[in-house]
Amino acid sequence: MNADGFTSKNLPKPLWLCAELTYSCPLQCPYCSNPVDFAWQKDTLSTEDWIRVLRQARRLGAVQLGFSGGEPLLRRDLETLVSEGRKLGYYTNLITSAYGLTEARIKALKEAGLDHIQISFQAGVKELNDFMAGTEVFEHKVASARLVKQYGYEVVLNFVIYRDNIDHIDVMLEMAAEIGADQVELANVQYYGWAFLNRDRLLPTKEQVERAEQIAHEYQEKFKGRMRVLFVVPDYYEERPKACMNGWGNLFLTIAPDGTALPCQAARQLPGLEFPNVRNHSVEWIWNESPAFNRFRGFDWMREPCRSCPERFKDFGGCRCQAYLLTGDPANTDPVCSLSPHHDLVLAAIASARASAQQHSDKGKIVFRNVRNSVRAAH
Amino acid sequence: MAQLDDASVLALSPKFRLQWEEAQNCYVLLYAEGMIKLNKSASEILTLVDGKRSLGAIIEELKSRFPGAPIESDVKEFIQVAHERGWVHVKEPS
Ligand code: SF4
Ligand code: SF4
Repeated sequence: MNADGFTSKNLPKPLWLCAELTYSCPLQCPYCSNPVDFAWQKDTLSTEDWIRVLRQARRLGAVQLGFSGGEPLLRRDLETLVSEGRKLGYYTNLITSAYGLTEARIKALKEAGLDHIQISFQAGVKELNDFMAGTEVFEHKVASARLVKQYGYEVVLNFVIYRDNIDHIDVMLEMAAEIGADQVELANVQYYGWAFLNRDRLLPTKEQVERAEQIAHEYQEKFKGRMRVLFVVPDYYEERPKACMNGWGNLFLTIAPDGTALPCQAARQLPGLEFPNVRNHSVEWIWNESPAFNRFRGFDWMREPCRSCPERFKDFGGCRCQAYLLTGDPANTDPVCSLSPHHDLVLAAIASARASAQQHSDKGKIVFRNVRNSVRAAH
Repeated sequence: MAQLDDASVLALSPKFRLQWEEAQNCYVLLYAEGMIKLNKSASEILTLVDGKRSLGAIIEELKSRFPGAPIESDVKEFIQVAHERGWVHVKEPS
């Protein structure tokens, strides 16, 4: 025991616990961050397992709890888990496509103590939204968002941004304001998982990104004090990588539907790491002791140019998954960084996406996230 | 923005939750996907914001807890900022 906390070690705390309740989802977004081979992973955690995880993580200092997936509403015990989470003192967030979000459920979740609902949109208009979702869901999303507002929740709308919708963020923002959203996130696709497969088809051009950013700023002014507007840039156009997860094993703990504990949702694909499972280990051991959570923690694992770079304390060398996907080695500098010897890979990806944008004035090849494509991609 | 004076009855905004965090050893304000850690004086003030006390009553209470300390302007300044950030709002007289 010491004066400034209950731990004696100076380890970071998993303030954010992301509970991926299931990989099942009725939607088929081609940018989904779930693993490409999700069809082979089973949802094996029981209600009791999840409750144990919530308790153990809370004891370790977790305070934000996100229920996500897949589509978390598919779990019938969601209300039970929300209620347990709330009792434990978590701030409880539901991250949903709104598929299956009925008024009865909005009410039941409110009674269970849910604090906040985030609804994701594929676009600001029905046609494109439903094309990308692979199912008719736009109107239901809008209606659900209104209901969520009516029930007194904080309403956060999350629009995923890619080449075909980035020129229309004004439409999204006007719609969000009309619904009365408290916050809008314009989140450019991050290129992992399914999005990586579809990168040529999804990555906007630099001009598109710059224009969108400017429009987002105009709307930030316009809605000041009424609705917060966040614009998350696609890191491919940056000179420096994002501080991915605020550092490996530093803030975020994700539990996958089969109980695998991950430092981020995409980490599962990284080679040479054995991610522990909450069915065999305590959250405390996983977070503090497991080799996987310590592999890229801190700064000792770094190679040059990160190792001696003064910016390493700010960006932690970027994203391990991106380093792996692009360079084949997760211990390399994130190639988004212009100091990376592999930065040309990012430039090549941008050029390739631009060429593909010019080729297909219409819809190019796109791989939707569904069981059939998952089974195929994993072989 | 509703005006703020000694008679204003203050309440915590429903979008924020104030709670003691054992692991942080401090009070925090929780909100959608975020957390603000509060220092000692901010905690002393915010734990008195209960939807019943007026700003004046909060100042009186703190004066009695910390006799002799010149706190009035600090409290007012803090509440002003907390109000601007949407943590607290002025309760309409019902
Ligand atoms: S991104 Fe789309 S497909 Fe993936 S879980 Fe979310 S709603 Fe489902
Ligand atoms: S070299 Fe590494 S630490 Fe330095 S800016 Fe690039 S990614 Fe960050």
